[in-house]
Amino acid sequence: MERRKTPLWDLHRAHGARLIDFGGWDMPVQYTAGTIKEHKAVREAVGLFDVSHMGEVYLRGPRVREAVERLTTNAVASAPVGKAVYTLLCLPSGGVVDDCIFYKRADDEFFVIVNASNTAKDLEWFREQTHSLCDVVDVSDETALIAVQGPKAVAMVDKLARGALSGLTSFTFADAEVAGVACVAARTGYTGEDGFELACANADAPRLWTALLDAATPLGGLPVGLAARDTLRLESRLPLYGNDLDEDHTPLEAGLGWAVKLDNRDFIGASVLRDQKASGVSRQLAGFRIADEARAIARHGYAVVDRALTPPVIGTVTSGGPGIMVGGAIGLAYVPVAKATPGTQLTIDCRGKDVPATVISGKFYKRKTS
Amino acid sequence: MSSFPSDLRYTPDHEWLKAAGSKWRVGITQFAVDALGDITLVDLPKEGDLVTKGQRFGTIESVKSVSDLYAPVSGRVTAVNAVLKDSPELVNSEPYGTGWMIELEPTEKTEVDELLSAVDYTKHVAAQ
Repeated sequence: MERRKTPLWDLHRAHGARLIDFGGWDMPVQYTAGTIKEHKAVREAVGLFDVSHMGEVYLRGPRVREAVERLTTNAVASAPVGKAVYTLLCLPSGGVVDDCIFYKRADDEFFVIVNASNTAKDLEWFREQTHSLCDVVDVSDETALIAVQGPKAVAMVDKLARGALSGLTSFTFADAEVAGVACVAARTGYTGEDGFELACANADAPRLWTALLDAATPLGGLPVGLAARDTLRLESRLPLYGNDLDEDHTPLEAGLGWAVKLDNRDFIGASVLRDQKASGVSRQLAGFRIADEARAIARHGYAVVDRALTPPVIGTVTSGGPGIMVGGAIGLAYVPVAKATPGTQLTIDCRGKDVPATVISGKFYKRKTS
Repeated sequence: MSSFPSDLRYTPDHEWLKAAGSKWRVGITQFAVDALGDITLVDLPKEGDLVTKGQRFGTIESVKSVSDLYAPVSGRVTAVNAVLKDSPELVNSEPYGTGWMIELEPTEKTEVDELLSAVDYTKHVAAQ
């Protein structure tokens, strides 16, 4: 089957991107600079990401807040207009359907950006679970999304918007013109850095991308592929659906309790999560670090083992890779809760070699504060 | 498509070999490097180790994947590029030069004869 293309596909080819199949989309995995330079450009200057493969949905109607209240673990329905809220969508079992950001545009309108790999599933979920309380309008096919991330991103984009975005704080958004292109501009991202995510019409996307790249290049900025998007989000300990989140693990097990607001709430999955919160989780997503000297990288699917036990497998690595800014290797693994305490020594079977890892709390890399 | 140096021999697993007297220096091709992306770790055998054609002799980790290195011919490892331990990025920047991996003294002459020429390897890559 032919891969789907974003409206920026021709520009990626022209930039020398290496394109790969990503969930049926032909996406840039890296550009000519390579993943490590792209990663560092985002940490030190600014990077541009084409994330147009992600899904965009409007939920609209006079009773939309009732629908949203049922769908979301976080306090989305009650948020003020102009606020962007990260939330999980849960099954009645407490397992995660998807993680996404809801943008409250008005009391009767929410904009939602969902994971590319889950767009079809989420749309079905929205239609099934909102019970005609609101309209579900899929605009994924006509909407492009460009993320601009890094310490130089905010000033750069604000300048292209003629100062219209200077008032936006973290996790807020506004309709704005950036380089003359009508956008929904949100102060959000998936890299641990400050920046914006800009949604615009497909037809305008090449013009916006080109203006952003022209502004970023003199600042040391680069276009950034999916490989660096993954290393950046992992270093900032942001979960990836399909790796760290899935229908078999709850947000509490994933360490996302901060995005689960249970008080006086009755969303889908709330009763299971309430019980789990009261009794405590038995397994937890733990961050781990492998020292440089161990010369190993623990990757998705590798087993966490305790050789004193039969069978020895006690957990599974869900994400892992090199710690580009922090050295050694880093990753996330579901382990028994007793093994999730910071400082605990884990053993990970890296392709037949037992490699020591240390449980770490919090982000692997913390943003430099300016 | 980049062209492959004509003075080297190749394997279908994207390794190159270069004759140096009775020994053969081994590395990976530009095609392999492009496919792997930024290389972060190279794990190689020790000098004196014996390797068997087609068997794993080392591993190479890039940012996003891990791959086995397969012995292109059977033989004894006579040298290892120790620089790669601290500078694996040399495989990216100079795959045919300072990014070489090991040197082998082959035990089976016929295995060397079976290696691909640059022309044959180019055809192999084009068919992928």
